Amino acid sequence: MEFKLSEKEEAFKSEVEAFLKKELPPKWPEMSTHWPGGYGSLESTNEEAVKAAFTFRRRLAEKGWLTISWPKEFGGEEHSYMEQAIFDERVSYYRAPGMGIATGIAGPTILRFGSDENKQDWVQTIAKGEIEMWLGYSEPNSGSDLAGIQTTAVDDGDDFIINGQKIWGTIAHLADYAWLIAVTDSEAPRHRNASLFIVDNKTPGVTIRPIINILGIHSFNEVFFDNVRVPKRNMIGEKNMGFYYMMTALDFERLMVGIGGFKRLFEQFIEYVKQSEQDGSPLGKNHTVRKKLAEIAVKIEMVYIFFWRTASMLDKGLVPSVESSVLKLTATELSRALADVTMEILGPYGQLMGGSKDAQFRGMAPRGYLDCISATIGAGTSEIQRNIIAMRGLGLTKK
Amino acid sequence: MDLEFTKEQKILKSSARDFLKKECPSSVMREMKEDEKGYPEALWAKMADLGWLGVMVPEAYDGIGGNFMDLAIILEAMGEVCCPGPFFSTVVLGGLAILDAGSEEQKKLLLPKLANGDLILTLALSEPGAWYGTSVINVQAVADKDEYVINGTKLFVENAHIADYILCAARTDKGGSPDEGITLFLVDGKSKGITCTVLDTLAYDKQCEVVFDNVRVPADNIIGENGKAFSVLENLQEKAAVGKCAEMVGCIQTAFDMTVAYAKDRKQFGRPIGSFQAIQHHCANMVIDVDGARFITYQAAWKIAEGLPTSMEASMAKAWTSDASRRVTFLGHQIHGAISFCEEHDMHLYYRKAKAAEVAFGDGDYHLEKVAQQLGL
Ligand SMILES: Cc1cc2nc3c(=O)[nH]c(=O)nc-3n(C[C@H](O)[C@H](O)[C@H](O)COP(=O)(O)OP(=O)(O)OC[C@H]3O[C@@H](n4cnc5c(N)ncnc54)[C@H](O)[C@@H]3O)c2cc1C
Repeated sequence: MEFKLSEKEEAFKSEVEAFLKKELPPKWPEMSTHWPGGYGSLESTNEEAVKAAFTFRRRLAEKGWLTISWPKEFGGEEHSYMEQAIFDERVSYYRAPGMGIATGIAGPTILRFGSDENKQDWVQTIAKGEIEMWLGYSEPNSGSDLAGIQTTAVDDGDDFIINGQKIWGTIAHLADYAWLIAVTDSEAPRHRNASLFIVDNKTPGVTIRPIINILGIHSFNEVFFDNVRVPKRNMIGEKNMGFYYMMTALDFERLMVGIGGFKRLFEQFIEYVKQSEQDGSPLGKNHTVRKKLAEIAVKIEMVYIFFWRTASMLDKGLVPSVESSVLKLTATELSRALADVTMEILGPYGQLMGGSKDAQFRGMAPRGYLDCISATIGAGTSEIQRNIIAMRGLGLTKK
Repeated sequence: MDLEFTKEQKILKSSARDFLKKECPSSVMREMKEDEKGYPEALWAKMADLGWLGVMVPEAYDGIGGNFMDLAIILEAMGEVCCPGPFFSTVVLGGLAILDAGSEEQKKLLLPKLANGDLILTLALSEPGAWYGTSVINVQAVADKDEYVINGTKLFVENAHIADYILCAARTDKGGSPDEGITLFLVDGKSKGITCTVLDTLAYDKQCEVVFDNVRVPADNIIGENGKAFSVLENLQEKAAVGKCAEMVGCIQTAFDMTVAYAKDRKQFGRPIGSFQAIQHHCANMVIDVDGARFITYQAAWKIAEGLPTSMEASMAKAWTSDASRRVTFLGHQIHGAISFCEEHDMHLYYRKAKAAEVAFGDGDYHLEKVAQQLGL
């Protein structure tokens, strides 16, 4: 047991840190209003930020860090999971644009399960950061119960023909391709009836309609597929293996909790509290305020420990499925706790949105108070995570 | 002991609900978000016709002479639909201050107008750097012949931009303790020297920053005694806190009803999500929060209506109800899943309203401290 980074890991951390400090625009911390854990706030609401994010991703690709985990033969860095975790921690700490869906989910899945054709077609462009994808999993009648999807892909010569509706596709309107799951065998049992596809957003029959979220931001979409023809080679891996591939990718997605963002926001809030007065006395001397902040500090530490645990398990070749649910659950509940506590401490000032006169802490708290709602819902709700922990982890059964 | 409403109260409640469901569906709150004034004038006039604006005003001043319980019933019904507008600031803050502390002349002049819907009022109490209560009053009022000259900044003044009068708490004297030397002025909202900025708030309400720059007010416009407004304000805040609780009870009742209906309707894994114990427990916890909030609020409102000391019950009600409404509206979102993260869905209106009410007139922590004080600690 050793609760510290090795020398090599420390050196890597410093390298990442130096890179971030050099490549991010100096104004970045102010441009980014992302709330840790939230899915509803996009940098893309601000043009300057979009440009800065684009340039930064290019740099990451050049450095090979968009594919930090990939095998060397595919242009990756083959870093250990611990090093990936260190990378993810620093990147999210600086709220820097990190891996997207193509690099974080599609790429690794293709490398692991894809056909040679899949690898030829996608690996290079993904590695260079040239394309982005959106996740086409959820449907109106199929959220937590993903196996209930109704979108179909029917075999037709060289193509599949896709029909159905997806919903909640975050950034579908900004991305180039859908990473889509659809039923390919309606006779087969649940979980063994669907396949993964990459579908070009520009294919005839694809209609993307915006959904405005409660922050007033167009972050997600409903997407309709009306006789959409997709070449067979765009199917990932083998037919009817979609759920298996997807579950593996989901476990991976649940590791990407943006852990550093929690710490950064908390540090900034602590600074704010130190400099603020309440009714003529230092805010930080208020007993209740101190207790609330100290409790958050403990929670952050706890999530960090779950984070390192998961990474170190992966390096030992273990599969952290329950552990990644623990991490997803605690991190997203921390997103909520952080929003609650900052709002409670700001009291009446917490109502003032950023840009308003008299707003405090850049209006981050009320924004976070809205955005944190999405944290415990997106990518598998808290209830579902608890079910996984209890059933898959502890063997507690339904009957 | 009887925890049921009287027949009259039941009638008031059901008629208020019916009226608001018809006249003020949640779409009104959405429309008023962008509206400069922040309320539909036709609705305001209808509320006056129903006697709501004069609910607490004695008949001698054109009111209907109801009591605080009647007011609470109306506020609850408004909370159920997130009714926007200056009812609270006019009827609860302005109206009760005048009723409690105004002179006979002030009452004669103002209360009939209030009851008829011709008057919008608000209270300017909080100041920058202050959180809750009257601990910081730095706005100054200096006597100059038969006038006072007011200078300083007030915050979170609801509807100041449309108010005919702003009741402004100002310091007329340094006083031996911070509680002394505070005076309540009736300031014409259109006076020279007032600058009003509507703040962008979480609940889309119209809270303002109001800057007073050499604003002149006749000495006759003092409400209550010069330098003795502290107890008037304490009393008013206590009632306002209970009034907010009533609003919150309505707000969380609707959030709860919507959620239980959804849990019965929404199917995942081939069954209603309400059949999962995780969801059942969430709903059960909401029942305790909603019912608890309801009756602890009614108890405080009843005590006020009976003229009994209410400090302890009011603080208990505000402490419980503030925290309960945060929990209930959050669970409402959690149980709805992604659908409630859409702007189009109503749940976030209730979530926003609940937060605004939570921090109005003291949040849970503030009132728990008051409870501790009442316990002699
Ligand atoms: C901001 C945001 C962004 C998103 N982005 C994407 C995206 O890009 N692509 C995509 O495909 N999806 C996306 N999603 C959808 C997300 O994956 C789903 O919202 C999530 O899986 C829950 O599904 P649902 O919203 O339909 O809720 P439901 O599944 O209907 O759940 C409703 C409630 O029932 C509970 N529940 C359901 N089943 C059980 C059970 N067995 N036991 C106990 N409780 C249960 C849930 O926990 C929840 O509280 C996004 C969601 C959000 C909020």
